[in-house]
Amino acid sequence: MATAPELADRLREKFGGLIAGPVEFRGELTLRVSDAERMAEIGAFAKQELGFDYLVDITSVDHYGDDPRFVVVYHLYGYGHHCYLRLKTEVSEEKGELPTVTGVWRTANWHEREIYDMMGLRFRGHPDLRRILMWEGYPHHPLRKDFPLAGKPTDVPEVAFTQAAPLVGGPFVTVAGGKDTIAREPRGRLPESPAGETPSPAELRRVVEDRHDHGAARGPAEPRT
Amino acid sequence: MAELRDLEIKEPAARAAELAAGELQDIPGERMILNMGPSHPSTHGVLRIVLELDGEIITKAMPDVGYLHRGDEKIAENMTYTQFVPYTDRLDYLAPLANNVAYALAVEKLLGIDRQLPPRCQFIRVICAELARISSHLLGVGCYAMDVGAMTVFLHTFTEREKIHNLCESLSGARFTTSYTRIGGLSRDLPPGWVEQCRKFCEEVLVNIDETETLLSRNRIFVDRTRGVGVISREDAIDFGLSGPNMRGSGVDHDLRKAQPYLVYDQLEFDVPVGAEGDSYDRYLVRMEEMRQSVRIVRQCLDKLPDGPVNIADGKIALPPKARVLTRMEELIHHFLNVTQGVNAPPGEIYFGHENPKGELGFYICSKGGGTPYRLKIRSPSFANLSILPHLLPGHMVSDVVAILGSFDFVMGECDR
Repeated sequence: MATAPELADRLREKFGGLIAGPVEFRGELTLRVSDAERMAEIGAFAKQELGFDYLVDITSVDHYGDDPRFVVVYHLYGYGHHCYLRLKTEVSEEKGELPTVTGVWRTANWHEREIYDMMGLRFRGHPDLRRILMWEGYPHHPLRKDFPLAGKPTDVPEVAFTQAAPLVGGPFVTVAGGKDTIAREPRGRLPESPAGETPSPAELRRVVEDRHDHGAARGPAEPRT
Repeated sequence: MAELRDLEIKEPAARAAELAAGELQDIPGERMILNMGPSHPSTHGVLRIVLELDGEIITKAMPDVGYLHRGDEKIAENMTYTQFVPYTDRLDYLAPLANNVAYALAVEKLLGIDRQLPPRCQFIRVICAELARISSHLLGVGCYAMDVGAMTVFLHTFTEREKIHNLCESLSGARFTTSYTRIGGLSRDLPPGWVEQCRKFCEEVLVNIDETETLLSRNRIFVDRTRGVGVISREDAIDFGLSGPNMRGSGVDHDLRKAQPYLVYDQLEFDVPVGAEGDSYDRYLVRMEEMRQSVRIVRQCLDKLPDGPVNIADGKIALPPKARVLTRMEELIHHFLNVTQGVNAPPGEIYFGHENPKGELGFYICSKGGGTPYRLKIRSPSFANLSILPHLLPGHMVSDVVAILGSFDFVMGECDR
């Protein structure tokens, strides 16, 4: 049975100078493809000739500040030989485009949509290149390194919002120096007292007992007819 | 008088082919768009599927995911490796222990210590992963049965699942959000008496699985609704990147515990069930058998469970014991650096795939050195499993959607990340 280094060698023989490596780290082999435009062709060869019939995952890394900026990573696996192989290829920010491998492995469809959504790389020839996790019309690509963790406000009215969730001023947030939860709790307030005014505990107890007495006097509720 | 005529109901695949060829146009009715989800009981979370229907037959299905997207991968880039452990609970929230184990193993592979873990830690992690599998499958089968009309099974399996949560609670202090593993070990050792509780559970759950099987496996309604529905061929399963029970249901004999043994799975005896037809019924059968195999694994682990520490001895990776932190200088420094800066990982990249209850949960970590990952990609099984729906659903009836979705046993927390 073929081993991963043998398969990597066969790939390198076939495509010659296009493929650099393999680099081994923690028992995993990584090949670097110098021309992203040939990815579909290399994928097809890997699947048909080398038996890498299972595409585990495609992902991308944003090396912000480097050129080329993006690296697309393919994880291949073969059910015949149980070997993993990682292919990496670089895409520059200006180009931002590479051919799709959906024609080779159909599972690539959603993975490529996710990369498009999260990093903004376009896959030429993809049958349905839409956003997948973010909503349609969202203007940013959140996994890029220049996108802040807190998010950015977007000008898409009535679709969704990306501001910080309004916790402050919400029902469960106590502001330092302000009223405590019991005081803010609506049930702790007398109906007639103005909003925000805290009744005294004695007053509250009176109201609660009053309600209780009335409830007891009325007896069980009559069934509605 | 309206003319009466018989409509021939054909196999779903044949119907799909005819629809594609436009031969079914004489059937009255027009195309209709049906929005299923995101709040639909059978979508098990927030999956939305836009269905195009011709009568009751689906002609096109467009799944819409992302309603539960929380940006876990972005979050991971902004915290230390250990700080991300609680986020893994929320991926597949029906099997948090398995996610914890998968994530810890991925980081340990990056650090190069995955083969140096103390034996006790490895055995406990296997027990955790298998209990999570049983828990997830109990829920999966129970909910599936409820989706196709059998309420009792749900109550049955949930009773048993409750016992696993009790075990989780005494193990980690939390029933669902366990966060049990740490980089290089576990948050704590097994509590006293836990092994006996676990043994008792193993006995009880086998009885429950048998009972569930008598309720479902030969149940006419259940079999009619699942057999021959949602058939996935072996080729399609591989091509669409399916994994776990969904893939094995299609006859692919592949289990990462056997193919790429991690932890102590190579010392344990278990079988990998595979389906023959690739239909919903087979996926159900695979899950049932996997639970039995998991019990078998847990029992072996409990028998073999060695004594010793649960954390790796290197203070630069796992937190040193608190008593020593408070009394010794070196341990204090280790503790301080570990908490403030995180484990110092080497530059490099790894992928680790873990056989989770739902399939292959993989973590791709790209490190540039230091305590935080530069890029952490979560390869979630549910995401890949759902991507076959546009291919699989056309040709089926609307009611079959429920039967197919249930048989996939997906979790949106993991799909959307």
